[in-house]
Amino acid sequence: MTPQRKRRGSTLAMWALGLCALALLLVLLDSGRLAALHAEALRQGQARAMSDQLTDPALFTEARFARHASQADRHAAFQDHPMALEHFPAGSLMPPPDATALMPPP
Amino acid sequence: MSFPHNAWLESQRGLIDFSIANLGRRRGRNLGLFLAYTLLVFLLASVVLYGDALRREARLLLADAPELVVQRLTAGRHDLLPAEWLDRVRGLRGVRAAEGRLWGYHYDPAAQANYTLLAPNDAPPAPGQVEIGAALARASGLDVGDVLSLRGFDGKPFAFNISRVFEAESELVSADLMRVNAADFRAFFGVEPDLYTDLALSVANPREVRKVAEKVLDRLPGARVIAREEMRRTYEAAFNWRQGVLLTFLSTILLAFALLAWDKASGLSAEERREIGILKALGWDTGDVLRMKLWEGALVSLCAFLVGYTLAWLHVFYADAPLFTAVLKGWSVLYPQFRLAPQIDLAQIATLFFLTVLPYVAATIAPVWRAATLDPDEVMRE
Repeated sequence: MTPQRKRRGSTLAMWALGLCALALLLVLLDSGRLAALHAEALRQGQARAMSDQLTDPALFTEARFARHASQADRHAAFQDHPMALEHFPAGSLMPPPDATALMPPP
Repeated sequence: MSFPHNAWLESQRGLIDFSIANLGRRRGRNLGLFLAYTLLVFLLASVVLYGDALRREARLLLADAPELVVQRLTAGRHDLLPAEWLDRVRGLRGVRAAEGRLWGYHYDPAAQANYTLLAPNDAPPAPGQVEIGAALARASGLDVGDVLSLRGFDGKPFAFNISRVFEAESELVSADLMRVNAADFRAFFGVEPDLYTDLALSVANPREVRKVAEKVLDRLPGARVIAREEMRRTYEAAFNWRQGVLLTFLSTILLAFALLAWDKASGLSAEERREIGILKALGWDTGDVLRMKLWEGALVSLCAFLVGYTLAWLHVFYADAPLFTAVLKGWSVLYPQFRLAPQIDLAQIATLFFLTVLPYVAATIAPVWRAATLDPDEVMRE
């Protein structure tokens, strides 16, 4: 009977590292397939946005002032004051207006 | 005869063997550290991946939004504008086309949701017909052929026949949309025939957008002009902000982890210091001890980074980021179901890597270096 060879720690470590790297590599390589699948959805969304002249994604539909954030009054999402955490979560997830954007260009 | 290169490789393998044996001796502690580390990378990477993908998606979807939108302000608030404004902006040099847009909101108490009603200029539905978004169809339980009954501005019921439900693929822009005929829109909201919600302008030369906006403001002083670039910036800012809010929460975990790593690193246990002393007494030099500890830190952090990043990728692009949609969803009833497209960004991976792996390795090495430079006799006697 031959004595069982003990596997070296470095071999185990390289296997573990190699497997982790391989898993990440496979997932990253699969992104090409996912992106190709997504391209059709993106094209349909773009077509809808263009034909209907849409200006905003339908992400925050709960409040009028948040639905079309780019079209709303400045501070609209901050009914109380800038930075206010308010009733609708969308409001607290909108940033305060950029004061520098209000300045005239040099 | 062995080459020096092989000798170097063999010595590194020996150091790794020793590091693995070391890690195995404190299995529980190192496993806990590995799990905490993986969780940290997973959360940070998820936020960054999700935020970046969402930002990119919004940018691409709205790439063809109107170049300029002109609104009328009355007493500082958005108001309907007269149709004659169309003629006034059409005559401006640089304006290729101008169209009046009709859109508004309707709160449906039955579904407890806000709908966006829109009367498109391009291929409008027939009178009495409505085309609805997939999220709206889901929330109201309606489909093609059903009747959507809503109360108009005067309280009278208004019945729309659903002629189409938008494809699920466009849900990110059409979730709550109701496309109706312009005549139906005006009758439903009581909007006079010569009024529009706002104007959409297309500009012949994209570089003249700012100039055209100034001309519009000169001609229509009571107007507010919103450029496509500003719409894009609004969402860039919103997603940056949201990413920032989440990262602020996560920074507490990052700090906790930094404390853990610092504690583990700066407070080398007496056992570990004695071990270093013994190694030095056996003939290891400072460089060997440092290299061994470097391998130990690098193996733990590299594996944690790879596993954490892979899990984050799966979480965001395969499982639709269930951890964050809950934050996003809020109290909204009509929430779009959408998938995001992955995009490999090496700079992003490198940033995450340097943010998580390097500090840990550095924190592990510094105290070991202090202990390793001491006299072995002194270290063992402590």
